[in-house]
Amino acid sequence: MKKTKKIKKTKKVKKTKKVKKEVAFKNVTPNPASLRTVDNHYCAGCGHGIVHRLVCEAIDEYGIRERVIAVAPVGCAVIAYEYWDFDVTEAPHGRTPAVATGIKRVRPNNIVFTYQGDGDLAAIGTAEIIHAANRGENITVIFINNGVYGMTGGQMAPTTLAGQKTSTTIFGRSLRREGYPLKILEMLAILPGVKYAERVAVNSAHEVLRAKRAISKAFKMQIDGKGFSIVEVLSMCPTYWGMTPIQAADRIKNEVATFYPLGVIKSC
Amino acid sequence: MAKVKISKAKCKGCYLCVVNCPNSLIKIEKDLNIKGVKGVYFSGGKCTGCGMCAVICPDGAIEVYRQI
Amino acid sequence: MSKNKVLMCGNEACGEGAMAAGCTFYAGYPITPQNELISYMAKRINETDGAFVQAESELAAISMVLGAAAAGVRAMTSSSSPGISLKQEGISYLSACELPCVIVNMQRGGPGLGNIAPSQSDYFQAVKGGGHGDYKLIVLAPMSVQELFDLTFLAFDLADKYRNPVFILGDGLLGQMMEPLVISSDMRPTHYDKPWALTGCKGRKPGIIRSLLLGDGVLEAHNRHMQDKFSLIKKTETRVQHFNTRDADIILVAYGSVARIAKAAMESARAKGLKVGFIRPITLWPFPDKAIEDASAHAGKFLVVEMSAGQMVEDVRLAVNGKAKVEFYGRMGGGVPCEEEILACVEASLKSGGAAR
Repeated sequence: MKKTKKIKKTKKVKKTKKVKKEVAFKNVTPNPASLRTVDNHYCAGCGHGIVHRLVCEAIDEYGIRERVIAVAPVGCAVIAYEYWDFDVTEAPHGRTPAVATGIKRVRPNNIVFTYQGDGDLAAIGTAEIIHAANRGENITVIFINNGVYGMTGGQMAPTTLAGQKTSTTIFGRSLRREGYPLKILEMLAILPGVKYAERVAVNSAHEVLRAKRAISKAFKMQIDGKGFSIVEVLSMCPTYWGMTPIQAADRIKNEVATFYPLGVIKSC
Repeated sequence: MAKVKISKAKCKGCYLCVVNCPNSLIKIEKDLNIKGVKGVYFSGGKCTGCGMCAVICPDGAIEVYRQI
Repeated sequence: MSKNKVLMCGNEACGEGAMAAGCTFYAGYPITPQNELISYMAKRINETDGAFVQAESELAAISMVLGAAAAGVRAMTSSSSPGISLKQEGISYLSACELPCVIVNMQRGGPGLGNIAPSQSDYFQAVKGGGHGDYKLIVLAPMSVQELFDLTFLAFDLADKYRNPVFILGDGLLGQMMEPLVISSDMRPTHYDKPWALTGCKGRKPGIIRSLLLGDGVLEAHNRHMQDKFSLIKKTETRVQHFNTRDADIILVAYGSVARIAKAAMESARAKGLKVGFIRPITLWPFPDKAIEDASAHAGKFLVVEMSAGQMVEDVRLAVNGKAKVEFYGRMGGGVPCEEEILACVEASLKSGGAAR
């Protein structure tokens, strides 16, 4: 009896050792420290969640969390401060770059970025973005282009593609009636104040990794005092595109990115 | 050899991870999760730990563990 | 303490008051008749470590002030009537976010593009809120170049003390005219700690400045908090001047540049033996209800004089609450009432009798 007990004990010890060896795994996709681990309010397949994380990854990469002051827009990302673990202020709709200008001018050692949608940046805030860019404000702009007003129920945005159905273009955007989709990044890129402009997408993991590099570069430009940097992110809005998230991701590749070409538009 | 950990509660069922896994190792659940959608699960097998599922996940629901 | 006497126009005096108060950020957009102020700030702020931005619009200017105020510095913007209408968006946000700042309005004739002559037709806009939502600005009404300096200096302290935008309501006449100004060397702005300011979250929890309050009852609670603050301001910051009100049969009420003219009219009337008093609100909000109500106990009549179709007169009527007769004389669209016109109104009114009592 005694003998068998002993044998059992040694066996047990051996087993746990084996298990310990198996547990030697490392989390290779950790949540960035400056992104809170709470659930976000975005719809399934919305690109905001991805871009929020990329911004936080860039901030962690440079160790600037304690220097960052973000300016949140009016739009779906209005409560981004619920997810970001650093200083954030809101701005009146479209005035985001003006608020960022006020902050950066009085606190030039802080890292100031705006996070804006296409309504905020390309419609109501066109004057503010053009003049902040033209003054060469040393700020970073993350511009989410999903071609639609998400928060208010899917109305047409300046960036809505021709023929795209929205709640204010129910038969599709007519170029004759509603004008042309606005390529605001190309417009901004011609301004000498703009030092870095790149368009990326978040429709696939591959594109997300490219977006990550672009956002990281945009922050680096500001850290190095180079001037105005902007990254436009083509993002999915499955809810107001009336699609599944997978169809929406495919639409970016097949339709949106053919009109809004991806890549570096300007870098100096 | 790698493992994928998926938070059932965080998954909103967009399935972007499903189409972004190069080895099709993420599958759709049969039952609804706490959000009322069919979440996803890691079916095991030849995971290389490339992390693409976590990279595309908009909701921070996926963690990829690589053996060290 | 040394005193330095200089000759300045009102707009410049306002800018110098801001500099004395430690203003380190100014954003503005040109508009007549306040252009001397934006030029003066461009010169003076750039002599210091502060920042001056000529904004692309009034909307951008007030939003830049919002950003600078959120970052914890003393910030100012200025404009004239049409530009102030544009700024209302930002003013509502600044109030909701409880951000201190100073906004100057050198009023001109309206409505619309109007003209560039002095006016007081933005009174309602200034004292009743102006933008959307339930809020109040502390509204100071200087009547001289000296007061433009003094009250702008005070405005920054009040803004920080109550975490509320403070409004300087002047007009084209005040902004343009030149008068001697005495600047004493011992003026020191009061320092207020700003633990809420966004400076980067080093050594503390991340800060959030917002006015979007979606939680059940959260916005109502915030509004209640703001109303409590406004009650406190009303109790502690009401400022008013009165002259010869004790024995007066009729009391003139005027503010800003018109107050100078009304006061002169009172003096002429007194020289003629007429019992005329004069009340001049210095804070238009909080309005000196009590001073006017008290005066209505012995004066049977009030004559309110404004460069408008009659705006402050409504607040005087509310304060008097039927206890005396309230009459009005106003000029509009850039017209400035002169002493003789006011005196004639006083005489006609006294002749007609008809006091409420």
